[in-house]
Amino acid sequence: MNRPLVEVEDLAKVFDVSPPWLNRVVERKPRAFVHAVDGVSFSIERGRTLALVGESGCGKSTIARLLVGLYGATRGVVRFDGNDMAKSLTSRQALPLRRRMQMIFQDPYASLNPRWKVLDIVAEPLREHGLVDSDAEARGRVGELLSSVGLNPADAEKFPHQFSGGQRQRISIARALATQPEFLVCDEPTSALDVSVQAQVLNIMKDLQRERGLTYLFISHNLAVVRHVADQVGVMYLGRLVEVADKAELFARPRHPYTRMLLDAIPDIHMTGRARTPVQGEVPNPLNPPSGCSFHPRCPLANDRCKAERPALVPVQGVRVACHAVEEGRAG
Amino acid sequence: MTEPLLDVRHLRVEFPTRRGTLLALDDISLTISAGEILGVVGESGAGKSLTGAAIIGLLDPPGRIAAGEIRLAGRRIDNLPYEQMRRVRGREIGAVFQDPLTSLNPLYTVGQQLVETITTHLDLSAAQARRRAVELLASTGIPAPEARVDHYPHQFSGGMRQRVVIALALAAEPKLIVADEPTTALDVSIQAQIIALLKKVCREQGAAVMLVTHDMGVIAEACDRVAVMYAGRVAEIGPVADVIHRPAHPYTAGLMGAIPAMDADRERLLQIDGAMPRLTAMPPGCAFHPRCGRATDRCRVDRPELAAVGQTQAACWHAVTEEV
Repeated sequence: MNRPLVEVEDLAKVFDVSPPWLNRVVERKPRAFVHAVDGVSFSIERGRTLALVGESGCGKSTIARLLVGLYGATRGVVRFDGNDMAKSLTSRQALPLRRRMQMIFQDPYASLNPRWKVLDIVAEPLREHGLVDSDAEARGRVGELLSSVGLNPADAEKFPHQFSGGQRQRISIARALATQPEFLVCDEPTSALDVSVQAQVLNIMKDLQRERGLTYLFISHNLAVVRHVADQVGVMYLGRLVEVADKAELFARPRHPYTRMLLDAIPDIHMTGRARTPVQGEVPNPLNPPSGCSFHPRCPLANDRCKAERPALVPVQGVRVACHAVEEGRAG
Repeated sequence: MTEPLLDVRHLRVEFPTRRGTLLALDDISLTISAGEILGVVGESGAGKSLTGAAIIGLLDPPGRIAAGEIRLAGRRIDNLPYEQMRRVRGREIGAVFQDPLTSLNPLYTVGQQLVETITTHLDLSAAQARRRAVELLASTGIPAPEARVDHYPHQFSGGMRQRVVIALALAAEPKLIVADEPTTALDVSIQAQIIALLKKVCREQGAAVMLVTHDMGVIAEACDRVAVMYAGRVAEIGPVADVIHRPAHPYTAGLMGAIPAMDADRERLLQIDGAMPRLTAMPPGCAFHPRCGRATDRCRVDRPELAAVGQTQAACWHAVTEEV
């Protein structure tokens, strides 16, 4: 088997959210740290899609930013095609490596410069990486890129405000595709869109993956969307992966109690009037996470071990789960 | 059948602008009975929130009701003077908005806000009102209500804040609750809790609920009937199970196909090409015809009215009658 395109080992990011120095001295406030991502490991095979799901504040967007180098990691290694990203991005190799990975952001209203024409937006990565020699060539490439996402080449002369949300997200995709990347990090690419438009964007993303063999990291809080696009799914809770499994396996046989709760909580249009099981309680404050397994205050299977000892992500029946109850066979 | 609690007939809302009058809601008719939850669903700009705003009398100027009428328990409320409408709002109609942080005053404790609402609408002393505030917080599932009543909104999490907003809406036991995207800003696990709460309120108090949302899953779970809106018009209205499983309007059918399903694996999602028309460029005839696979010459000229198709009513010349 080939080596995975993206390998992440024990990745962690700690944000310092301490009050300013003067407040700490005068009001005797302690320093405070948020462990946004806390020891996450996964890998993505070439041409496949890994989806990360979880509720607000679980660290999924932080992982996206760590992977493309928008944040520096506190600990851990990200390897892209065998290259250590932290080392490569400061070396001479940075530009060719950056060309091979691109990011699509959530908000198509905030991620496009309103003062630039679509031509300049989509051509920027081409010029930055020296992939075109003349304006005419750039214009031609931008036209092709716009066509590939279902827009009209003539749209290059317009400004972002002249497009709807779905069309803007296609412009973002065209920009991300400009450097012919192998790996796309998509941070909630459709959550700002209406369902009919979401369907258009998801279809385009799947078509592009088939045509170009793209590898995706797909971040979403919507399990139905994840089920549609992903090959593998990682479920996150408070900065850690609690379960990683193939899509079919995860949706058919969720192992971790949190995954089960999430799946139960989704409203399904085909189950009219079904009383779903509301998840008990709320996500704890990440500044002060619970001891042991961070899910234990909401977990029906929690016992004393869960309160004291943090479970590691271990292989169980072909999937990886971080749960004492599953490991001990108490989960049923 | 008993007389509906809320009866909206041929409602038309216009926004006069310098470049001419925009027709934002066009001939909206819908009813809600006591104890019933009506879902209003549609994509951004379909006019669903505007319908809610028109009913609670909070249209942003220059928007105005140009035609039609709104009746609450038989009484016309669309032409009430401001002061009278202010009394109806809160006493007879409770409102829950999308963002719980902006619907609460950050400078007052939730107890003060609840007591203010209660004493405005009900003839209770301050002490009685405070007791009622604690009861309301308890009934919406807030733990330790005696202590929480003296907390400020920022001390609550998003889900808890939305519970406070629902408690506020319920303060005077209104007959109608208009909930505009009450769960959109919340995580799925919290969303389920809030939907369960709304259903409980509807069942226990016999209140009518108008639930505005863009999430078909929420509609399927919470509502008895649903109105599907498109470009300021009602495209289809009927019992939830019929609209979801046997959609009569091609737009509803397309909307259903576009939602990634949890139980079926499809390689591609059904997509409706194009986007909803802008108010400034509304096509003649049926507003959906430029995106519709069934459109004929008649659709481009004549505008369809709501007509019965099985259990539902759909505004379409070529309503889908067979199973899709």
